[in-house]
Amino acid sequence: MKTVLEIENVHAKIGEKEILKGLNLKLEPGKVHAIMGPNGAGKSTLSKTIVGHYDVTLTGGDIRYKGKSINDMEPEERALEGIFLSFQHPVEIPGVNNAYFLRTALNAKRRHEGKEELNAAEFLRLMKSHLEMLGMKSDMISRSLNEGFSGGEKKRNEILQMLILEPEVIILDEIDSGLDIDALRAVSEGINKMKDGKRSFLVITHYSRILDYIEPDYIHVLKDGRIIKTAGPELVEQLEDKGYESIEEDSAS
Amino acid sequence: MANEELNKAVSGDYSLGFEIDIETDVVPPGLNEDTIKFISKKKEEPEWMLELRLKALKKWQTMEEPHWAHLSYDPVDYQAISYYAAPKQGIESLDEVDPKILAAYEKLGISLEEQKQLAGVKVAVDAVVDSVSVKTTYSEELQKHGVIFCSISDAIRDYPELIQKYMFSVVPMADNYFAALNSAVFTDGTFVYIPKGVRCPMELSTYFRINALNTGQFERTLIVADEGAYVSYNEGCSAPTRDENQLHAAVVELVTMKDAEIKYSTIQNWYPGDENGKGGIYNFVTKRGLCKGDNSKISWTQVETGSAITWKYPSCILKGDNSVGEFYSVAVTTLAQQADTGTKMIHLGKNTSSTIISKGISAMKGQNTYRGLVKIGSDAAGARNYSECDSLLIGDKCGAHTFPYLESKDTQGQIEHEATTSKISDEQLFYLRQRGISEEDAVSMIVHGFCKEVFSQLPMEYAVEAKALLELTLEGSVG
Repeated sequence: MKTVLEIENVHAKIGEKEILKGLNLKLEPGKVHAIMGPNGAGKSTLSKTIVGHYDVTLTGGDIRYKGKSINDMEPEERALEGIFLSFQHPVEIPGVNNAYFLRTALNAKRRHEGKEELNAAEFLRLMKSHLEMLGMKSDMISRSLNEGFSGGEKKRNEILQMLILEPEVIILDEIDSGLDIDALRAVSEGINKMKDGKRSFLVITHYSRILDYIEPDYIHVLKDGRIIKTAGPELVEQLEDKGYESIEEDSAS
Repeated sequence: MANEELNKAVSGDYSLGFEIDIETDVVPPGLNEDTIKFISKKKEEPEWMLELRLKALKKWQTMEEPHWAHLSYDPVDYQAISYYAAPKQGIESLDEVDPKILAAYEKLGISLEEQKQLAGVKVAVDAVVDSVSVKTTYSEELQKHGVIFCSISDAIRDYPELIQKYMFSVVPMADNYFAALNSAVFTDGTFVYIPKGVRCPMELSTYFRINALNTGQFERTLIVADEGAYVSYNEGCSAPTRDENQLHAAVVELVTMKDAEIKYSTIQNWYPGDENGKGGIYNFVTKRGLCKGDNSKISWTQVETGSAITWKYPSCILKGDNSVGEFYSVAVTTLAQQADTGTKMIHLGKNTSSTIISKGISAMKGQNTYRGLVKIGSDAAGARNYSECDSLLIGDKCGAHTFPYLESKDTQGQIEHEATTSKISDEQLFYLRQRGISEEDAVSMIVHGFCKEVFSQLPMEYAVEAKALLELTLEGSVG
């Protein structure tokens, strides 16, 4: 089995509190992995740990991306290498033009990959093509980054960034929270467009709703800082019917 | 003449009919009537100007240095300053310039020739032939339109009627301590007159920039836009300047007649001192514009990143009906810099309106104060003001303070004031870094976003300089 991201026996703290307690997880290239679990199980901490968020202190274990440990990598290096997080609550940055921000990010990545940077006109063409697909208005080009965006607009904007940056490992943290049905559809369409058999997804979610739109290959149940069960998509139904209490721990976890 | 004699002269030991040798290039430290006479004579001024200077000196001597600003600094010894020095001695080559300054020029994209001029390298005239010819073309073009653009000293000799009419008409000679000092001792500065109905055909900036070397400690600027005239004037430049004078006390007066407009932009980047507050320029400036005629407009835009101490309140007196005053400001204090800056909008005419957008950025141990007054007189029916004062803090050792004052005699006046203080949040930085943007770029992106409303008021070329300057100023202040 090939692995693009491997999380091995990871222990992590937020403040003084240990949240991840020996977590193991392997992401396969081209697959959609869903992480489900009750509140407080450590779902968001897991995504923060992978991207090197300042809240998290890694106290043990190893995170390997394409075979290399990224434990000591700066957040921007991880991003440039292809790890993307769609934030649960994207922050507002007043006065920073959305298109300017995205072009800066894309060109940073292109530089990192030894590619030529896109000029403003080339970038606008690229951005516009995605806006339409996501059902976003063209004023998204000139508005300030996330400022005054509705919940749905913020999430679509996260997906827009994903489409433009074309990352290899995509973490979607509660992408479906606060979305109406149209937005959910548009967001899912964006995500499905990125499924090309090579990219991996880590879909962190509370509800199974999004999984109707993005078909997962694996379901992992996260409880008390550890993955206690890994199964196929059929597990979703069991979770819906009987809840997390019904899950029996895999012996291998 | 021996120095000893000079010292005696200025200390008042020689009170009878003594004259300082006109051949001397520097007067010894100290300020009294003889110093003023010396300056006036050096400048070949008419008698009336000397009298005005002496009057200003007398007033200044009765005044006290103000201390109401939120600033703390060592007292200035006014008798230890030399009030006249011939243009500074040039240096032989750029090798003699502080490498830090050269690195800054590099980052700001300043050409080598211009670097030499700014740094004070002696350059043979034929080596700057380009700039000289550019200057000549400018003058011809301006002359064609009847625009007067010259040094204040030339103007005093060549256009005495205009100077007598307008100088001290906006900032009276004894307006405040520093203005009175300037009125007595000013040696440099600019005069601009735009005749009726003329739209000045170019930004008045490059010329000034080329002459930046000659701008001095006590500058005096007077700009008059006659009926229906328009001019955009850019003062200063983003390049750090080599300067040994610690005290700067400039005065700027603007006058707009009916339907006229003046747009005045400043980039101030004097030496800020070090992180312990050692050295650096004390910048005490009085800038005021008078919207004398109906429907006239004065707009101040400033980007203040330099100086150890800044005390500056570019103001508008809105006398004409329907006149408009604007103040757009970005003030950055980092290292141990302190700035107390803002504006006064005095509404006297009917339906006058003013806008104040102030952005203060503090980093390291910088202290930034906004101080603004909006005053609405009893005859100013329909006056409107909108003020927005935002502060951005970088780190936890800096400070931001806001003192808005309001006096309204007209109950119908509309005044809106908004103020915010925010920090560059870890969350914002992280968001940008997660998209692959380096921490340094992320900080400058957030700061530029914060200043956007002000930068958009600057002429294009200037806005680019301002952005580069901001980046340079805040370099290394995060982390």
